Amino acid sequence: MNFLHIFALARKEFLALMRDKRSRIIIIVPPIVQLFIFGFAATYDLNDVPVAVYNEDSGGASRELLARIEGSPHFSILHKISSDAEISTLIDTRKVLLVIRPGQRFSADLQRGSPASLQLIIDGRNSNTAMIALNYLRNVVLDFNGEWQREHGQTGPPVKLEMRAWYNENLQSQWFVVPGIVGSLMLVVTLLVTALSVAREREQGTFDQLLVTPLRPVEILVGKAAPGIVIGLLEATLIIVLMVWFFDIPLRGSIPALYLGILLFLVATVGVGLMISSICVTQQQAILGAFLFIVPAVILSGFTTPIANMPEFVQWLTYLDPLRYFLVIVRGVTLEGDGFVLLLHQFWPMAIIGAVTLVLAGWLFRHRMY
Amino acid sequence: MNVRLRRLWGMIRKESLQILRDPSSISIAFVMPVMLLLLFGYGVSLDAKNIPLGIVIEQPDTAAQSLAGAFDRSEFFLPQRFAAIQEARQALAERRIDGILWLRNDFSGRLLSGGEAPMGVFVNGVDSNQANITKGYIQGTWLAWLQHFAAARGQTLDLPVSMEQRVWFNPALSSHLFLVPGLIAIIMTMIGSLLTAMVVAREWERGTMEALMVTPLHMGEMLIGKLIPYFVLGMGGMLLSVAMALFLFDVPLRGPVWLLMLCSALFMLVSLAIGLLISIVTRNQFLAGQVALVVSFLPSFLLSGFLFDIHSMPAWVQAVTYLVPARYFVAILQTLFLAGPVWPVVLLNAGAMLLMLLIFAVLVVKKSYKRLD
Repeated sequence: MNFLHIFALARKEFLALMRDKRSRIIIIVPPIVQLFIFGFAATYDLNDVPVAVYNEDSGGASRELLARIEGSPHFSILHKISSDAEISTLIDTRKVLLVIRPGQRFSADLQRGSPASLQLIIDGRNSNTAMIALNYLRNVVLDFNGEWQREHGQTGPPVKLEMRAWYNENLQSQWFVVPGIVGSLMLVVTLLVTALSVAREREQGTFDQLLVTPLRPVEILVGKAAPGIVIGLLEATLIIVLMVWFFDIPLRGSIPALYLGILLFLVATVGVGLMISSICVTQQQAILGAFLFIVPAVILSGFTTPIANMPEFVQWLTYLDPLRYFLVIVRGVTLEGDGFVLLLHQFWPMAIIGAVTLVLAGWLFRHRMY
Repeated sequence: MNVRLRRLWGMIRKESLQILRDPSSISIAFVMPVMLLLLFGYGVSLDAKNIPLGIVIEQPDTAAQSLAGAFDRSEFFLPQRFAAIQEARQALAERRIDGILWLRNDFSGRLLSGGEAPMGVFVNGVDSNQANITKGYIQGTWLAWLQHFAAARGQTLDLPVSMEQRVWFNPALSSHLFLVPGLIAIIMTMIGSLLTAMVVAREWERGTMEALMVTPLHMGEMLIGKLIPYFVLGMGGMLLSVAMALFLFDVPLRGPVWLLMLCSALFMLVSLAIGLLISIVTRNQFLAGQVALVVSFLPSFLLSGFLFDIHSMPAWVQAVTYLVPARYFVAILQTLFLAGPVWPVVLLNAGAMLLMLLIFAVLVVKKSYKRLD
């Protein structure tokens, strides 16, 4: 391997990418804008869920419970209604997600000590939102129950539930999602940069010229891989700094372990990108090919939906996805405080994916003729 | 045939052949939608089951075993026993389990003496949404066991307030019923904006646009000729998605089919206008691809209400979502499929799409005069 050759090619690749002002902007600005918009948008936490109340009970107990619901940051009572017909109007038109209806005998039942029923009608169009809202409400009702029993000298349930969350103590969605965005953005940028590198030369016919230069295929491979890895490393550093400073995501684990993960992830991504690039004949095919990889890779990585919930067959597919391992590393280092030992099983699969795809890409350089 | 129509037909024919002959546009138009539908219909789910739960019982007697047994029998959990809390903590750190149930050695003693016996639960909070769902299931299992425990001793467990919940439109709360209809918006965005932007940008980049300019084609004919094949492709993708939703995933369609078609056609036109505008502004495939990804594909995924609830976003992000056409279409889709023709929802959102269409159409026409540079 001649490092001068590699350096010259890498330099040329950088120039091809950075010479155009609009390309420079497109590599730097959109990822940052996305980090900010999606960092705030992508949350499963619910705030100010619009609620309507249909209270047929005249006692004080229902008012006290409703005041508690109103006091929670998750709900805001927007409508007070007094007929059945209004329930369906409000829910159908999505004016409210939830109608709370204490029964006519709510307070009376409570005073007598028999179970008082609280009816809830909820819009299930978005099932996840519905489930989360019901969970919040259950917590409010459980608190109310506990306090009522204490105040009225009744015995509480014989077993008390003491729940605590580790690593993300307040269960903030942002702590989970923002490190995931870091991985997804790196995947998109690096893959698009490398996927175009060979396809652009193929489309313009300069790749044949490159093949007849004294450069050996290994040198072409390394020279083509270098810009993606360098840009990826810089981009990762920038995003991680923003993540820690702006979103206040903790960085509890080992930073060298994080960077080893970033490097291996970039090698794997660049390998996939170069492989796509050497199969494709035109830039359009390369971009769409990269897209065909990016979309399932993000969906199967556990970025927004857990891998454990997928059917077994699909879970096997996720082992081919470098982002899957990298997300465990980012979340492990930021939230769980992991070091090298706990992340060992995330490192080597990415190294294997990188090695296999790079070898295939190098082979395709010479054997894909058209 | 009159000359104008023949010119238009020639343009349509050329565009269609271009789509059909390039394997990459075929895969975006047909392979990708099927893959997305299968992934979201079968693969991706927000409904947790078989949560690996570590159980530590320091003093295994009847009461503790009975409580742990309730978790063994639940379909939501996959319990594993650990001898000591340290081992369970280690397993949680290594991500082998997602939660720990810890019954300390004074558990039964405090339970039988009539005090409050503490049941310690730790969950891995990294995935906060799953952690919340897990907490909900643990609460449910705990309440069911309390009732069982009271009944076994001839008592009834009376909670002061009990919740009776009725879920409309999706009583089983299964997530694929809301993910699959929303996906139609994403598939159509992909064909309408991403594919169109790329293909038209290529024409600029390669200079064939200039070749087209010297033909007698008017700019309007050129645009319409380019759009019709992609419109057909996009509506084809939509029909395929609707068919798969209805027959493969058993999603109900409670609104009229014609209304669905009409709204989809409207959304398709908006997507196409955005795609054209991107290609005209960038005139470069790499840029067009990137811009289409950033301004149309990703927002339709994350800012449309497809996955994340718009109402809970900060006010400034909510303001941004009004610029995302998929937001209006996803609202219509979820309503038409699960709830039925709720006219206020349909008309309001369709009106917003119509307004966006007009704005983008004006922009496209303004930007796309025949020009060389």
